[in-house]
Formats: sequence, structure tokens, C-alpha cells
Amino acid sequence: MMNCKQATRLLSESLDRPLSMKEKATLAMHTSMCSGCRNFGKQMGTIRQMSKQFAHEEHNDSTPD
Amino acid sequence: MSTDVEMGRIGHESDEGFDDPCFISKIREEMLKFARLQLRDEGMAEDAVQEALLAAHRNIAKFGRKSAFKTWVFAILKNKIIDLLRKNQREVSVSQLGNEESDVMDEVLFNQRGYWHADERPIGWSMPMESVKDEQFWLVFETCLNALPENLARVFMMREFVELESDEICQNLGLTTSNLHVMLYRSRLRLRECLENKWFRGGRE
Repeated sequence: MMNCKQATRLLSESLDRPLSMKEKATLAMHTSMCSGCRNFGKQMGTIRQMSKQFAHEEHNDSTPD
Repeated sequence: MSTDVEMGRIGHESDEGFDDPCFISKIREEMLKFARLQLRDEGMAEDAVQEALLAAHRNIAKFGRKSAFKTWVFAILKNKIIDLLRKNQREVSVSQLGNEESDVMDEVLFNQRGYWHADERPIGWSMPMESVKDEQFWLVFETCLNALPENLARVFMMREFVELESDEICQNLGLTTSNLHVMLYRSRLRLRECLENKWFRGGRE
């Protein structure tokens, strides 16, 4: 059985490489029972989106017209 | 996003903006902030921004819209930053590289069996993308980024800000894929923890 440390590591790696079928299956089993890692997984995507916005500075794009 | 419309707009009327000193100085500030975060060196950041602005300025006539100019000048800046990071990679010592050894954060977050400590278990973030509209949030985001150890911040920014693929980063920094993935994991773990504590747990006003 996969623990949270292993699950979060895979959730992070899924942003950098495709996971294997086996990895996906064990991860899904873990997250179905662990709300902490479920939240962690969603937040990985959120942090990626936020970083994109931060880098492109869309948040303070108030250039004078 | 009609290019026809954009092309049609190239003309004197839309060039006005470039004469506006506020426009350039504002872009310059944003670029400096971006470069400083990644290079962590004031002098190098200033140089990179200056060079990028000069390169862009030579071609300013090609840009009908200020936003197109901005996108382009940031693209030039990103390339300068990658060059500088590449040149300075020798400064990254082996001990700084992500290895499989345990990390201080592991004990903070997980118990001996590798499960979350009860008070560290991630909570649900309510409407996280609403936060991005809040200037205060970006201050917190920046604080959390700055709190990352330098080597982690560097790979995180190359991956998420400059949007390089894993293998490009590995080539640039001479890392193995597994090194890189551990480092990205550790930076995300820290950043997530910091954002949750400083913002999503009600640190916000």
C-alpha cells in the first residue's frame, strides 16, 4: 500500500512525465481513501496555473492605455 | 484574438504608447522583478533586463500593440535568463543537487510511516483561482517563492515560469531526471505548504 509521501511524489511527477498505468492505479487507490493527498493533487495543478500567471504578470497588468 | 484586426492596427495611432515613459518604466519594473527572482543577483538581473529592452527597442516599430511588445520583450528576457543560468551552473555544487536522501521537510510533514501528520494534512482550498485577482495574494506568493532554497527555486522557475521541459532543464544544469523530479517535488511541497499556511488557512484578511 502506497503511503502519502510516495503518493505526493507521484502527484508532483505527473506534472513532469506521464505516469505508468500501474502508477496511476496505485495512486488512484490511495487518493480514493486519502483526502489530504486528493487536495494535494488538485493543488499541484493550481500552483502550476498560478505560476503561469505570475510569470506572465497578468495579475498586475494595468499598463496605461 | 483576430490577427487581422491586430495587423490593421499597426500604425501611428497605436504607436503612441511606446512614447509613454510610464509604459516602459512599468514593464522594466516587472521584468526586473521576474529576473531578480530567478537570478537572485541584482547586477545580473539589471543587465539581463537592460539587454532585453535594448534588443526589443531596436524592433519597436514592428509592434502595433503594447501587449505584443510586452510578450516579446519577456520572451527575450527569458532567453537571457536561461543563458545566464546555464553559464552559472558551475556554482551549483553537488551537495546542493536533489538526491534521494531525506529532506528536512519530510519529517515536518510526514510521520515515520510516510503518512501526513494530522495538522499538516492538506486542506481543501476554496476557489483558489479567485485569489489571483488579489494583489495581497501575489505578495504572499512571492514571499513563499523567496523562501525556497536557491537550488530548488531555480529548477522550479525554469520548469514553471520559463516552461522548459524536464529534459531541457536536465541538460542545462547537468541533472539526472530523477534528481530533477525530486527537486521539483520538494519545491512544490514547500510552496504548497507555505501558500496554505500563509493564505488558504485564513492568514488573509
